[in-house]
Amino acid sequence: MKWAVAVLGASLATVVAAQAYSLPEEKPVVFPRGAGVELVEAHCSACHSLDFVTTQPRGKGEQFWAENVAKMIDTHGAEIPEDDARQIIAYLGRTFG
Amino acid sequence: MIGRRALLGSLGGALVGACSRQTPATEAPGAAAVVPVGAAGDVVELPFANGTRPLVQFPGKRPLIQMTARPPQLETPFAVFAQSVDRDSLLTPNDAFFVRYSMGRLPLDLDVGAWRLGVGGHVGTAMSLSLPDLMAMPRAEIVAVNQCSGNSRGFSQPRVGGGQLAHGAMGNARWTGVPLKAVLAAAGVKAGAVDVVFEGADGPVLPTGHDFAKSLSVDHALDGEVLLAWAMNGEALPFLNGFPLRLVVPGWFGTYWVKHLERITVLDQPFGGHFMQKTYRMPDTDCGCVPPGTRPERTVPITRLRVRSFITSVADGARVPAGQMRLAGFAFDGGAGIRRVGVSVDGGASWADAKLGADMGRYGFRGWSLPVRLAAGAHVLMARAQTNAGEVQPLVATWNPSGYARNVVEQVKVVAA
Repeated sequence: MKWAVAVLGASLATVVAAQAYSLPEEKPVVFPRGAGVELVEAHCSACHSLDFVTTQPRGKGEQFWAENVAKMIDTHGAEIPEDDARQIIAYLGRTFG
Repeated sequence: MIGRRALLGSLGGALVGACSRQTPATEAPGAAAVVPVGAAGDVVELPFANGTRPLVQFPGKRPLIQMTARPPQLETPFAVFAQSVDRDSLLTPNDAFFVRYSMGRLPLDLDVGAWRLGVGGHVGTAMSLSLPDLMAMPRAEIVAVNQCSGNSRGFSQPRVGGGQLAHGAMGNARWTGVPLKAVLAAAGVKAGAVDVVFEGADGPVLPTGHDFAKSLSVDHALDGEVLLAWAMNGEALPFLNGFPLRLVVPGWFGTYWVKHLERITVLDQPFGGHFMQKTYRMPDTDCGCVPPGTRPERTVPITRLRVRSFITSVADGARVPAGQMRLAGFAFDGGAGIRRVGVSVDGGASWADAKLGADMGRYGFRGWSLPVRLAAGAHVLMARAQTNAGEVQPLVATWNPSGYARNVVEQVKVVAA
């Protein structure tokens, strides 16, 4: 039963810790400066860390980013004015395309 | 109202009951010594373009490969699987188990004392169940693989958008909980039920976003194997793996294994939710694939895991001594069970059957090993699993636009000298 007691202790620790779970501090991702970068940072980082952008495969072209922006609007409810969306897509295509 | 102390006492007692009965200490990865494979702050290079990732440590986890920080998406370093095979204990430790959230709002302040599972919809008696309520119901355990739909997506060629994962979004655990069938029986599913919908306490950041909800057919929900699990490898679920309760759907992709489960709704019509109807879908073709770079005409929800196998005893790109060596690894599938694992050391020209390891059930990792002889020179090592249903891994990768369900025979290139 020694192991069972150890499990008991671990379970309690987990339960107590889970009362308020904390995430490690998010390391800021800085994008290259350029036209539209402030719009990208403001709209995209409102909901997710910017490593969602930087880890994507490169060289997929502007259409790839247009589809991703559309997904953020359609699936995740992002409210991005059309003109902002155009500038965001252009920036992402130019910078990470 | 149950006090916190009383609740914790009953939780601990229930878990001891669950574990002391069936899980020998040697198979308890939670209790095993942690073997570090990297320190927080280190950087790892996944073996595809743009694959640089930091190792980051979250509470309750060892340093894991961070794909994204918010919401957290963490991969298990492949060395963890190699250590599991070496130790002949193929359960993935809780603190190394991968993490994936679709929704950006996590229930970080979830109070397990106040938490309830609601069961309602097309049932005789709607219920609100506390964790002790659930623990007092019939108990079941199953060893099963949880694998993300997009595991290994980073290897898709041509590359596709989405989480750029190597092979670390999978894990094998012993899950303890109450069969979903027992909970639905207590609520009394009415005649004419079609789908059962599952929702967790996490949600979209924006009120305009779709909430994450998944459904199973009522027949699947009542199959007796689907589990509402509160324990993983004999311990409470880690927060990031769905504390206090998650759905376990043996043999099906992780997208159905709803975390922080708080609502079950029985419907008398098909569920039309966004994450069933619009995303997590595969081409509706025999192979579940389309020619690379093209779009399918019709799609269907992703469902069952495909058979996979991995070599863990030697890493891709390694230099090894020429001569005798023991190859080892593991295989798994969507529930038929592994019949055989073939191993090739000559790029697929010839194959030999490996010896299978202990059987933890048809939904778990199955270890394998085989002594081989490597002459001096370059070798392409491959493992190819076949299931009891006859499913075999393809030698050439199939492709779909979402990069789901990769199961091609992987190649490990080594040089013997």
